Amino acid sequence: MLNEYFSSVDLLVLKPAILLTLFAIGVLLTDLMLEPEQKYLNAVMALAGVGFAAYSLGPWPLGLQHQMGMAGADALEAFRGAVIVDSFGIYFMWLFLIAAALSILISIRYLEIEGEHRGEYYAIMLLATVGMMILAIGMDLITLFMGLELMVISIYILTGYLRRDRRSNEAALKYLLLGAFSSGILLYGMSLLYGLSGSTDLRIIASSISQRPAGDPLVLIAVITICGGLFFKIGAVPFHQWLPDAYEGAPHCVTAFMSVGPKAAAFALLIRMFLVPLASVRDVWLPLVIGVAIATMTIGNLAAITQSNVKRMLGYSAISHAGYMLLGIVSGNENGLKGIMIYLMVYAFMNLGAMAVIVAMRRKDIIGDEIDDFAGLVYKSPTAAVLMLIFLLSLAGIPPTAGFIGKYFIFLSLIETGHYGLAVVAVLYVAVSLYYYFQIVTSMFTREATDNVVPALSPGIRLALGVSLAMTLFIGLYPNPIIEVAGNTVASILR
Amino acid sequence: MDLPFLLYTLLKIVVVVFALLTAVAYTVWFERKVVAHMQSRWGPTRVGPYGLLQPLADVIKLITKEDITPSGVFRLVYLAAPCLAVITALLVFAVIPFGPRTEMGGIDIFQITDLDIGLLFILSVSSMGVYGIALAGWSSNSKYSLLGGLRSSAQMISYELAMGLSIVGVVLLTGSLSLRQVVDNQSGSWWGIIPHWNVIPQFIGFFCYFVSAIAETNRLPFDLPEAETELVAGYHTEYSSMRFAMFFLAEYTNMTAVSCVATVLYFGGWSGPVFGPEALQTVLPLLWFFLKVLAFLFVYVWIRGTLPRFRYDQLMAFGWKFLLPLALANMVLTSFVQAVRYGG
Amino acid sequence: MQSVLPSLFFYALATMILVSAVVTITRRNAVHSVIWLISTLLGIAGLFLHQHAEFLAAVQVIVYIGGITVLFLFVIMLVNLDEAAKKKQFAGQWKIVVICAGALLAELGFFIFKGAEGFYFAEPAGGSLQPNTQLIALALYRDYLLPFELASLLLLVAMIGAVVLAKKDLK
Repeated sequence: MLNEYFSSVDLLVLKPAILLTLFAIGVLLTDLMLEPEQKYLNAVMALAGVGFAAYSLGPWPLGLQHQMGMAGADALEAFRGAVIVDSFGIYFMWLFLIAAALSILISIRYLEIEGEHRGEYYAIMLLATVGMMILAIGMDLITLFMGLELMVISIYILTGYLRRDRRSNEAALKYLLLGAFSSGILLYGMSLLYGLSGSTDLRIIASSISQRPAGDPLVLIAVITICGGLFFKIGAVPFHQWLPDAYEGAPHCVTAFMSVGPKAAAFALLIRMFLVPLASVRDVWLPLVIGVAIATMTIGNLAAITQSNVKRMLGYSAISHAGYMLLGIVSGNENGLKGIMIYLMVYAFMNLGAMAVIVAMRRKDIIGDEIDDFAGLVYKSPTAAVLMLIFLLSLAGIPPTAGFIGKYFIFLSLIETGHYGLAVVAVLYVAVSLYYYFQIVTSMFTREATDNVVPALSPGIRLALGVSLAMTLFIGLYPNPIIEVAGNTVASILR
Repeated sequence: MDLPFLLYTLLKIVVVVFALLTAVAYTVWFERKVVAHMQSRWGPTRVGPYGLLQPLADVIKLITKEDITPSGVFRLVYLAAPCLAVITALLVFAVIPFGPRTEMGGIDIFQITDLDIGLLFILSVSSMGVYGIALAGWSSNSKYSLLGGLRSSAQMISYELAMGLSIVGVVLLTGSLSLRQVVDNQSGSWWGIIPHWNVIPQFIGFFCYFVSAIAETNRLPFDLPEAETELVAGYHTEYSSMRFAMFFLAEYTNMTAVSCVATVLYFGGWSGPVFGPEALQTVLPLLWFFLKVLAFLFVYVWIRGTLPRFRYDQLMAFGWKFLLPLALANMVLTSFVQAVRYGG
Repeated sequence: MQSVLPSLFFYALATMILVSAVVTITRRNAVHSVIWLISTLLGIAGLFLHQHAEFLAAVQVIVYIGGITVLFLFVIMLVNLDEAAKKKQFAGQWKIVVICAGALLAELGFFIFKGAEGFYFAEPAGGSLQPNTQLIALALYRDYLLPFELASLLLLVAMIGAVVLAKKDLK
């Protein structure tokens, strides 16, 4: 007990975030002393920060609870209930740290090529990770909103990080304007929740909402506005327009990061909001979520077919993946949520892997994100082509890869809860997605190479690719450990 | 809120404003006299003994002059800007305590109102003062005015930070934002000789406050918004007659206000040696207060008579790179000392 | 009379805020918009005062009127806005505007139709509503310590971001 405002539990719970912040500031300071050719040391320092944060988080999957000597205990509360560390939060914190580490690994080479290799990039990335962590453990509206803003503002900046690139600027501006608008809508919904309950604590809000009469118009408006804001952050239709532009315009490595970390963080927020304060009004938001999920899968998959830019296509595919994950919320049972958790973790590895290949395609004077750029890749670099094939198969959800496991649990949960129609639609869209993923594959394997510039597999990218590949195959072939962990996680939040 | 209270307050406001306007008029006279003597001149001598009626003559001249509104100005803002300048300058006096709490009919007569957040009120009112100048510069439809207005807004924003931060030291020592409590906290003395004034523990804070206050009031050596060698007359180039007089009035009112605040915050307000018969005790604090304010006004004039004007980049560098860090350091140091004194 | 006066204040301030806000977005000249924005912000400060939240009112004036809006004005005066004034002021998305306004009107209409009871607003939980600087300090440094610290990180990020995105030549 340090004093009545700040106790040792608070410190312990926040330790990973504090460490990340310290290292972010450290990167900013050491950056001043580094010569241009030594800038990779910034990345090393940022990675060290992630490593220390992971170490302080504790052994996967028990984490902080284990450190406190209360393995198996429910959860750890801190800051007067503003944050709560349960298996759910720890799972997500690990996910964010993995995403941050892999993104940093693939950034080094890319930033050098762009001539924008500076410490601020890593500092902002670490601070974005802090924001995401807060989203995963927050239990208080204001805390959650601050975490959300910390995350998205960092991402806006990273999106526009290439100042000399018009696409990057445009993407950042679009993302910022729409993002600010959606944050406003979300905040409006949150203010209504506060007005309904007189508290910013999610649990108190939950209990006072459950006492309200059915069909209360104010609850309805609160639910709709909060859903609107949340759907924007995960990139669900009809709030998806920003996503392809932002993905296409952002630097490759930022696209990789934002497609994994912030997306998972937004899902963490979404699950918390739906399962804690809005749990009692499930029949209000359920039709909304079903409609949005169908629309998201439809638009995401169909629009992806027509894209010629790989990053843009992966953007639309990210939209469709969000649609699949929303289905897990629709079913809402243990398997559905388990499916979302596994899906997010798997998605981190496979999407980062695919993006790492795209980053490797970026060489001097070649942006490397058009499908044509992938023509004949197998002749130039068989390794890159085969890796890309595996990641794309996983994204499509083909059995021996990890992507299958996530989709399997979600479809299973749909059938368990009797949503047969939805399950059929979802499976059909998986078939559609195969078509556009294979556009890249055919380009890689059957077309002639237009140039003979070999993709640059730097050590950082090699490591990132290795980890992604190993995890994609490992989870696909031997899913039991992650299923068990995800099961515990879901149990902790459903309790 | 009963009627007598309202009437009393109104009366207090009228008295304060009247006294203040007179004082401001004589501040001008005082400045001219002092600067003149510094430069081996006589200053005003013609109107009345020692030129004492000079302010009156000036006022009559300014009122009776032709009021010119240039073409192409944005009229509403052009007319409102001088009023805004004067109002924000006068508002500061609403919370300044001129003497100890002395009740007459249950109402304190030496302070218009004792707000809990007196200091914040002063900061917020003085932060609005920039609008009078900036809008006057913009609405005049003249390049000189616009440049003057721009310079002043940049300058006032920059120095306001240092001013606000330097005041925090006093707030930390007092533990209150009420000006009366700030003064009460300074009563007494160390070893019977050294008065218990904030300026002694807070000399860095006082330095920051006074320097940034001079900059806030656009006085030499920080008078770039109206640097006549560069900008004709700065933001009020296009103003004439009574409207010009209002800017003039606002500037001197601000000087007085800043001196009053400095007296209250750092020099123990009305406190001073007590002597003489019982009847004198009501007036004595007022006298001390007046003398302290006068001393500050003298320093103002003294600085004006001595120092040359800053260059613009020097002004900004001084504000941001020297004064602001100094004020911040003072705040950190003060809070550290207070934390050690009263335990974490 | 005693009971009418407060609500009179409220309606006067509300009118001031709303009218100025509308005028702010409809003026062509950006400086005029800023002036009306100041009026809006002053109205909000007035509302705080009306709720006996003097601290908030003063901070509202210092931060928004004395700080942020002065910077707006500063930038607007520096930038040549003649070009912008010739551009179309509204994007012409009237359908969306009408839908949103309709939704809000429906909300308002429902409120008037059902009266205050239709909404069951919660009582503010815990803590009295005393206007006290100390209470604000407790809220910031005890109850909402974490968000408060996060806000500092947020500002740090915004600051770095502004420098990264806007500075002409980083070495």
